Amino acid sequence: MNDHDHKLRQLLKDALPPEQAPDLARDLWPQMLRRFDHQPSRVSAWDWAVAAFLAAGCLLVPELLPVLLYHL
Amino acid sequence: MEPELLERFARGDLEAFEALFRQFQGLVFSWIVRIVRDRGVAEDLTVEAFWRIHKAHARFDPRRGFEPWARRIATNAALDHLRTAKPEATLDPERVPAPPAVSREISPAVCSAFQQLPAKLQVVATLALIEELPYAEIADALGISVPAVKMREFRAVRLLREKLKKMGIES
Repeated sequence: MNDHDHKLRQLLKDALPPEQAPDLARDLWPQMLRRFDHQPSRVSAWDWAVAAFLAAGCLLVPELLPVLLYHL
Repeated sequence: MEPELLERFARGDLEAFEALFRQFQGLVFSWIVRIVRDRGVAEDLTVEAFWRIHKAHARFDPRRGFEPWARRIATNAALDHLRTAKPEATLDPERVPAPPAVSREISPAVCSAFQQLPAKLQVVATLALIEELPYAEIADALGISVPAVKMREFRAVRLLREKLKKMGIES
């Protein structure tokens, strides 16, 4: 490391000193559990495909709508 | 560490995940806080990192260690944060040091120049120049080679010098 590198490193350390023993102050498991609870419900690609197929079917053949509603 | 615990985690066992979370949350946090330099953000990113770890459980190879894998995922989570965070938002005001009198005036400029670095250079500069971690450890955490780490460090230093020069600071 030359003098220039040393000077730059010192400038950086003065501005942003190294983290001293960055210990975790609290247990994050409760926060992790909240993250699990807020997991967005995922709709699979297959479900979207079926929904699109049924919507297209109802648009093209409106007579299918009562049949579809009957089976729901 | 018990191989059986790692295998259970890889199969998606939530209790095994919790055991690993409790064992490694401190380590992941201390790694992330070194990169983002903000404890509040680091706590959120620790949870984010473990969320990614949980989602990727099927890709985990129990024959390899959990710690390097977790550290790499944590590094990626921190990198994603640095890419999207506004530069001024990445400084924790409570952590801003009281620099020596000589550098007190130029420290904000140095911080500003540092935070303008591209995220991937900023991470390497933080870990190599400030934290002075071994190149091999940085390379492992980033999933790149040691020469690639050195190259990023070189580019970070060059860019920093250019930015500081524009600010009238000789480095």
